[in-house]
This record gives sequence, structure tokens and C-alpha cells, in this order.
Amino acid sequence: MKNRAWLFLVPALVLMAISAFIPLMTVINYSLHYIFAGSAPTFVGFENYAEVLQDPAFQGALVRQLVFSSLVLLVEVPLGVMVALAMPKRGPWVAVCLVLLGIPLLIPFNVVGIIARLFTQASIGVIPALCELVGYNFNVALDPIDASLTVFLIDVWHWTPLVVLLCYAGLQAIPDAYYQAAQIDGASTWQTFRYVTLPKLRPVLIIGVLLRFMDSFKIYAEPLLLTGGGPGSSTTFLSLHVARKAESYELGYAGASSIIYLFIVIVLSFIFFQLMSNIGKGEQK
Amino acid sequence: MKKRTLGLLAYFIILAVPIYWMINTSLKTDNEILKQLTFWPKDPTLKNYIEIFTSSIWRNSFFNSIVYVCLNVLITLVAAVPGAYAFSRWKFRGDHHLFFWLLTNRMAPAAVFMVPFTELYYTMHIYDTHWAVALAHCLFNIPLAIWILEGFMAGIPREIDETAFIDGYSFGRFFRKVFFPLIAPGIGVAAFLCFTFSWIELILAKALTVTEAKPVVVTLTVGIGAEGVRWGLLAAAGVLTMVPGAIVVYFVRNYLAKGFALGRV
Repeated sequence: MKNRAWLFLVPALVLMAISAFIPLMTVINYSLHYIFAGSAPTFVGFENYAEVLQDPAFQGALVRQLVFSSLVLLVEVPLGVMVALAMPKRGPWVAVCLVLLGIPLLIPFNVVGIIARLFTQASIGVIPALCELVGYNFNVALDPIDASLTVFLIDVWHWTPLVVLLCYAGLQAIPDAYYQAAQIDGASTWQTFRYVTLPKLRPVLIIGVLLRFMDSFKIYAEPLLLTGGGPGSSTTFLSLHVARKAESYELGYAGASSIIYLFIVIVLSFIFFQLMSNIGKGEQK
Repeated sequence: MKKRTLGLLAYFIILAVPIYWMINTSLKTDNEILKQLTFWPKDPTLKNYIEIFTSSIWRNSFFNSIVYVCLNVLITLVAAVPGAYAFSRWKFRGDHHLFFWLLTNRMAPAAVFMVPFTELYYTMHIYDTHWAVALAHCLFNIPLAIWILEGFMAGIPREIDETAFIDGYSFGRFFRKVFFPLIAPGIGVAAFLCFTFSWIELILAKALTVTEAKPVVVTLTVGIGAEGVRWGLLAAAGVLTMVPGAIVVYFVRNYLAKGFALGRV
């Protein structure tokens, strides 16, 4: 039986080997070499890693990325849970809500960037016009805070629906009996949420948090289209910083920074995973 | 209860505003967009849409996107369904580690993988074809699909498999007649999410195509940043990028409702 399991995994593993393992090995190989367009690569050991870690541009991008991803999680996850709780449980409106939630998810990243630019463009955008009404001078091209806030808000707009969809699935899977029991015990709305809904939602929330964390770490097209990562470097997140290096064929630097990047995401995801799994366990005993 | 519904309504309105704005812009002339801010098109025109439909570049790029996304969904499901079955039904050495390793691939920074991917697909002679993008997107979609399908399959009691085998079903027949209908909503959800992520992915799609398989996401970025962005045209193309997905959502809406309801996800 055990061998049979591996047999079933063969197609997935072969594909992952081609599309994940080989490229990863190539990236590690780059990261240990000094490569510049045209010249033959020379082996430099961990020099690229040292260079990346000491580069203020990388440090800046990393800090911005961590702040951005934390904010994304802090806002999108609670908001997603709240919207999912407010959704109708059955009836014709369920399909309508699901389709509406699905639509933002289907808009390509760069189209979301275009929408953001359309909204914030001086003299033709809605947001600058609205801000002018209250006397605030909104300008994504000059004000780093305006630009960062715009990138953050469009990410919330684009991806909260995914959290809602996942949480809604989780909520639907909770048997009504649990709620009836809570009601008989005289639990308040908050207590029901805290001791029935939330623990039951845990597996789905773990997936939601991990997916949002991983994907927010990869944000690329939206700031690129909005302001090209500016003003200054205020919206240059990790992906953008690394992609620039790769595009200018500084492959050693790009390779080393992406290995560090991947390492950080895996470690943080693992911590989230462990923390969220353990919190739940303590409660169910 | 009433307050909840109002809140939900407010959320959906906010969700719809950017979409409305894109449709609104797509129906305006470039002149109107640049001259003043109007909340509905004063002089509605289909010019932008006509321009897209009559341009072979736009038509081909829409076609290319649809082809590689469908290929990707197909490859992903063929690989992920048996994979997820293995994870949900059997315990084997290292299964937890393998599962987490699969997940870590979803975290891979596409920005850097684009160079090795380019080299790899050159060597395989599939650079700038639909296959290149379809295979590259497997990197994110196979882990996601296995993850989701495993949840659905774990929710189906093992006794169902055992009963079927006792009744003399072969594995293939059991899968077609018994198991597949049970997990169909799960496959619908997984297919929808894979479709979504492949449809909207930009970095790899851009790096792996030049002309032959150039997708619509790449065509869309041409002309941005240069002087005089054609907002109306971009908005119309943006609206059109939602259409194939919206059709998919419409067809799987019941599966989606049922699938999201059944699955542990």
C-alpha cells in the first residue's frame, strides 16, 4: 500500500521537479557565483549573500515588505471573517454573493495596477478630486505615504474576497448542532463566536493566513504600475527589488537575495503554521 | 441582523466601485477621460472595444491566455487529483514533510525563477509556447490544488472506498463512478482557483513569451509609463480580461457554493 501512495504522487512530483526543483538548484548555483552579462561566471562562495545583507536597498525593501505583509494580514483576515459571518447561509443570494466575490480575484495584477493609477492620477482620478474637497493634496507621484496607502488599499480590495470565500466555506462546514448547543448553554454572541466559530474555523484560517502572507510577500505588478516603486523607493517591495536585479542580469545578487527571501518566507510561514495549530489545540482539550 | 446586512451591502458596493469605474472609463472617449471627471460616460462609445476586437494583437493575446490557462488547469488537475488522493488515504514515510515542501513552492519568488525558467524552457525547446507558461504556472497551482483537494477527500469517509472495493469495483471504476462525483465540487473549487491564479499571473507569463504565445496580461502593460496613456483602451481591455473568468464563475457557481460549503478547504 505504501508503494502505491508514491505511484499516485509520481505525476505531481515529476512536474514539481521540473518546475520547482531544477530552477531552485539553478538559483542556488547563481547565488554562489559572480555573474555579469557576457562574462564567464566565477565562483565566489557566499560573497553575494554578504553583499545582499549589507545592501541598504535590500534592507529597506525587506522592512517595507514585512510592514506591508503584517498590515495586510491584520486587516484582510478580520475583515474577511466579518464579511463571511454576515453572508447569507442559504438561499438564492448565496450564489450572487459568491460570484461577486469571485470577480475581483479574476482581475490580473497589472489591471489592478491600472485601476489604481486611473483612480489616483492627478486631474483625472477620483481620489485626488475627493481629497481636494476636504483640502488634502493627494499625490501618489510625490507623497510616499499616499503611494503606500494606495498599494495597501488596492491589495485589501483585491484579496479580502479570497479570505471571505475560504472563511465562508469553513463556516458552512460547522454543523448547526454546535450553535444549538451554545444557545442552550446561554452563550452570548461573542462567546459563541469565540468558543464555537473561531476554533472550528481554524483549519481554514490557517490556509487563509498562509496564502495571504505568501502572496502579499510577492506583490509586484501593482506598485510597478502605480508609481514604478516610487516615489523614491517607498513602494519598492522585495519582489520588485529582486526583479530589477534579475532584469539587469546581476544574477549572483538576484539569486542570493531570492534565496534569503525564500528562506524568510518559509521560516515565517512555518512559525505561523505552528502557532496557529497550537493555539487551537490548547483550547480543544 | 439588519445592521449585518447593511454592512454586507456596503462592502459589496465598495467592492464594485473599481469595477464600475473601469467599465465607465472603457465607454468614454480619450478626450472625455482627460478633460474632466465624469461619473458616467457623457457620450458613450464602443470605440475602445471595437479597436480591441479588430486588432489581431489583442485577439491573439486573449486567445493565447485562454489556451495556456486551460492547459494549466488540465495538467494541474491530472497531477493533483491522484496526489491529493495519496495524501488523504495513506500514511507513508515523510508524508508531512512532503506536504509542507509542496506548499513552500507556492512561496517561490517568481521574480527570480524567471531566469532559470527561461533557460530551462529554451533547452526543452518550448520557450515562447503555450506549454512553457502552462508548465511554469504548475509551480504555484499544483501545491494549491493538492492542498485544497486533500481537504475535500479527507472529508469523505474511507469506508466508501472500502465498500466499493468489497463490491468488486476496480480502482478505475470506483474512481469514475463513486469517488469522482463525490469530490466534483472540490475539483470545481480547485479548478476555479487554478484558473484564477494562472489567468492573473504576470511575471512568468511575461518572461516566457515573446510573440507567439504573448498573453493579454503582457499586451496590457504595453504603452503604460509612456506619454499619453490610452486609458479608455486599457480600461476596455481590463473589462474584457474579466469576461472569461466571469463565464467560468457563472458555470461553476453551484459547484462553488456547494464546494465551498462541503470542503474543509
